[in-house]
Order: sequence, then structure tokens, then C-alpha cells
Amino acid sequence: MGKILEVNDLVTRFYTFDGIVHALSGVSFHLDEGETLGVVGESGSGKSVTMMSLLHLLPSPPARIESGQALYYGDKDPIDLLKLNKSGISDIRGGKIGFIFQDALSALNPVMTIGRQISETLIEHLGMSTSQAKKRSIQLLDYVGIPEPEQRFANYPHQFSGGMRQRAMIALAIACEPRIIIADEPTTALDVTVQAQIIELVQRLKNEMNMSVIWITHDLGVVAGMADRVLVMYAGSVVETASVEELYYNPSHPYTRKLLGALPRMDEGEQRRLESIEGTPPDLLLEPSHCQFAWRCDYTGDPCMNHIPKVRDISHSQRVACFYDFKENRFQS
Amino acid sequence: MNTSDDILVRVRRLKKYFPFKKGFLLNREKGAIKAVDDVSFDILKGETLGVVGESGCGKSTTGRAILHLDPPTSGEVLIDGADLSTMTTKMRRKFRPKTQMIFQDSYASLNPRHAIGNIIAEPMMIHSDMSHEEMRSRVMDLLDMVGLNPNHYQRFPHEFSGGQRQRINIARALSLNPKFVVCDEPISALDVSIQAQVINLFQDLQKELGLTYLFIAHDLSMVQHISDRVAIMYLGKIMELTTKESLFAEPLHPYTQSLISAVPIPDPVKERQRSRILLNDEVPSPADPPKGCVFSTRCPQVEVVCTQRPPRWQEVKPDHFVACHMVKP
Repeated sequence: MGKILEVNDLVTRFYTFDGIVHALSGVSFHLDEGETLGVVGESGSGKSVTMMSLLHLLPSPPARIESGQALYYGDKDPIDLLKLNKSGISDIRGGKIGFIFQDALSALNPVMTIGRQISETLIEHLGMSTSQAKKRSIQLLDYVGIPEPEQRFANYPHQFSGGMRQRAMIALAIACEPRIIIADEPTTALDVTVQAQIIELVQRLKNEMNMSVIWITHDLGVVAGMADRVLVMYAGSVVETASVEELYYNPSHPYTRKLLGALPRMDEGEQRRLESIEGTPPDLLLEPSHCQFAWRCDYTGDPCMNHIPKVRDISHSQRVACFYDFKENRFQS
Repeated sequence: MNTSDDILVRVRRLKKYFPFKKGFLLNREKGAIKAVDDVSFDILKGETLGVVGESGCGKSTTGRAILHLDPPTSGEVLIDGADLSTMTTKMRRKFRPKTQMIFQDSYASLNPRHAIGNIIAEPMMIHSDMSHEEMRSRVMDLLDMVGLNPNHYQRFPHEFSGGQRQRINIARALSLNPKFVVCDEPISALDVSIQAQVINLFQDLQKELGLTYLFIAHDLSMVQHISDRVAIMYLGKIMELTTKESLFAEPLHPYTQSLISAVPIPDPVKERQRSRILLNDEVPSPADPPKGCVFSTRCPQVEVVCTQRPPRWQEVKPDHFVACHMVKP
């Protein structure tokens, strides 16, 4: 199993009238072939901005990608996504990397039938004829579990229910059999029973089509069941990367620990007080000069207020950006 | 059984229909959306009753109908022994301070052009004859109580974050010492770490002030955490109502079972071992609900009788109510 995507030290800033927003300050991670990577964080932590930076989906201005590298290994030679021009990235988008958005209603074109939107992708990327594309679109709609795909082909997005619309968008995202699917909070706006259906669907597709999945969410519960590895983000940087077992049974960043403690759990018998993280996330208008979590952390010490913590290895699959060592209960020297 | 002394809110056969019209010229009433259809329950003094359901199941409408924000179509609601539907507007106004509501959208429910001190003091200006100084010290006490800096009373809502704005809403709701508070998805718009702060605040205030909550949300694990008893709603009806312990340990209604199985647990090993009861389709339209049991179109255990007549609301065990043909006492 090799890497399919590798991101190194990605820095994205927004130049606004209020000042420079330090949205991403050095994000690095990789995605293995055939794995599901969960990306967890609160709103404003930079999880969506990371993925949108890779695919040139951010409006520029105000956004500017300052530095970094995003290598895609799907073809013979690695391609740096950030260096691609307009036509290069449109080949990747939809063709090699599919994107599922949170809000299907605004992501789909309201004045175009679902069928045409899928056909258009097929004609554009795979060079199919109109009739081939129609046939294939109907197959795809059927494949993602939309009943009566022939009739649904001619429907507009508003004629679909929330869950069905999300399925249609998944059909669109997988139309060209991409190697990677990036799902940006695809179930946040849905009810739990529909959420369970969508998660089941994406996992089935991932296995059958041999794709890699990046699943962005703020729900640590969803990630527990489906991800192989998890990335925890806070205020524009990755604070912890770990396999899903390590993350839940041996969380090594104070933020991850707090986040897990803040979740109510249905399987718990007795009443426990939820752990609350006091304060609010930092203002991203200020350039980070120390650990971004230091103000809200229980373990803050001298180094935290003066330096930005470097990423260090806990095990071969777990990496954490924190000065405090929970194994030894002291600060790293 | 609970004696009537313990009951703060008594709801019997509550219905709330929204008629809809069709046609261009004649505009005749063609039917009604049965948002809440024949719902009965009690809320005991000092407890938290959670109401969970998917969007459109009528949980918010239930809360609003109980407080007569949207007067119910029919049914009886007694709050602390008083029936709001028989009151005159004047009497109802006098009664209002006893009940309060906290809304989901903390920004839309605060007037952006008023300082938060004025927002919190407004109920006192209307309902009490406190002097200006008394009100100010009360506002500062309230801000302190909900964990905000009392000296910030001259600031405006936009200067606060989502979690802080929800605290302002709570302070306003508490300004007249209510007995009963309806919380309509108060934490849905907040981040996980902030949710925990607000939930803890709700629990602390309940202990301190002896409040009774009707807590409406779609997040089953959060509702189970904060509630003493939980009601599961589906398409305008309550499917099951029981204590939070038995809800998770032995859910009886097929809908509750599938709902619980769909809620993710933050534990990878347990999560992989669980089997989900996946429901097909989606919720039918409340304008045209299925005959018989409303859940019959999606129920995995459906039988002929379910499609013919609606199930009875019965207490199958002490404190465990279910509406299902398949569950026998």
C-alpha cells in the first residue's frame, strides 16, 4: 500500500480588510491507497480550507496559498497539485479526485437536471458520446441507490429530498471513477438515520471501486466507525495524527483528550459531567507565535507560551504537536 | 405512579394542525399538516424531559404549542395547574414569566441594536416594578450566573461568540425566575467543545434554581445525557417515552431501536461490532401520513395490522410508554 496523496507544510492565508487571516499555518499529512482518513476539528480549524486549497477551490483574492506542496501519486509521475494551471486542475477535479460537499442543494446547479450534470462530467472527462453518457449516468444513479433512475435522470435538484440529493452528488463525484473522494461534512445537515445510510453507501463504494476517502467531520462518533486513521486539526494546524484505535484509546494531545471527554456517550451507564474546554478558539488574525491551544490547555507550561510545538512521533503511526509527554507526565526536554 | 403534586406540566391529547390551501381563485382548504397529532405526557417538577426526533417530526411545534406561542388546535395543557387556553390575554400575560423558551438560533433571537444589558432587562421592565438600579444589579448577577463578565452588559450581541450568545439567551430566560423552560435545540449550532460548556451550564442552573426543562434536540446522545426521561417523536406522534436508562438498555419500539443503532459511538472497537438497523426511504410527508401506524412504511417489523389501525399508547412497564402493535405488556 503506497501513498496516493502527500501534503507538506501547506500555508494558506486570506487577505481581508480586517487583516491577514492565518487560516492554515503549515499543514502536513498523507493519504494511503485504499484507506479512509478522518479529518476532525471545530469550525474554523481549517479542515475544509485544506482540501479546498488542494483543488484550487478557494476564491483568490482573498485566499492565497503561500507555500507548500501537494503531491498526487495516482499517475506515473507525482504531480504537485498546487503548481497546476487551470486546465491541469480541472483534469484532476472530478476526474481523479471527487468532491462531496456538505450542502448538496447549493453545490448542484439548480437549473440543470441531475442527469445532465452527471453526463456533462462524463463527456468532459471521459469523452463519452451523449447517449453513452446518459446510459452510464442512469447506471450511476442506480448504483448509489436512487430508485427509478430513468425518471430521476430528468429531475432537477429541488425535486430530490435531502438524502437523495446527497446520493446524487455522490453519483456525480464518483462518475469518473476517481482515485480519491473528499467528503466535506457530507452528513452534517442530514438526520441520523439518513446519515447512517450515506456512510454505508460511501463505504460500499470505497471498497468496490478501490478508492481512498478523506472524510471531513466535526463528529468524533462518525469517524470512530469508518476511518482507518484520523487527523485532528485546531486553529489551522494538525495537532494529532493517529490510527483510529490510538486516537480513541491513547489520545496524546490535550485537545484530543478534551474533545473526547466533551462527548456524551450513549453506552455509558452512569451520569458523568461533560468535560468542557473553557474559552474559545484563538483569533486567526494574529500570526501564531506559540501553541495555539495554550490558552485553553490544562497542561500549559513555559515552552507552550513561547514556541510553536514541533510534530513528534509517539509510535510509527501516531504523531502529535505538543510539548507535554503524557507517558512520562512531563514536558519534553 | 406519579401523584399530581409532582407534575408540573400535564399534556393530554395535544394536537397542532397547520391547514394548507390550494388553488388560485377559490383558495379552499385542502387539508392540514398534522405537525403534532394526539400527544400526551407529563413533565415532573425538577426533571428534564428530552424530546428527540428527525427534522419535521413536530418536536419544536410541541414545545411552542405547550407555551401557547402557537396555540394548539385541540387538547389540554396544564402548566402548574393553570390552563392557558381558557385564559384571557391579560391573564396569560401575567402567567408568562413562569415559563420561558430558549431558541436554537442565538443570533436571531437577540435584537442586534440593543445592548445585552437591555435585552436581559426587558422582561423585568415589562413584568416587574423594579427600579433602574435594582434591574442593573440583577442583570449583572445573571451575567455572572451564566458565566459571562458582568461588566460587559453594555456590549452588543455581535461582539459575542455563538456559545456566549446562547448564554445571554439563557440569562434573559432566567431573569424572571421561571419554573419551566423549553429549550428548543439550544446547542445544535455550537461546536462540540462549546456544546459541553452550555450543557454543563444547563445542568448547574437546574440544580441551583430547581428548574424544569423540556429539552428538544435531534442529537440522541446529548439528549440522553441531559434528560431524566426521553420521548421519541416521529411524524407528529410520540413513539416511545421512558427513562433514559431503559431507553438505551431496552428500547422497545422498532423506530427507537433503529434510531439508537444509527447514533455513532466514539469508540472504534464497539462501533465496528455494532449492527445498524438501516431504514429505507425517508420520512413520509406529514400532510399525508400513512394510515395506521405512521412508522409502518419504514418499519422492519411491519405486519398487516400496522397498516390498518394506529397503535394504542400504552404503559407496558412502569414508566415505559410505547405506541406499537408488536409490543405487548
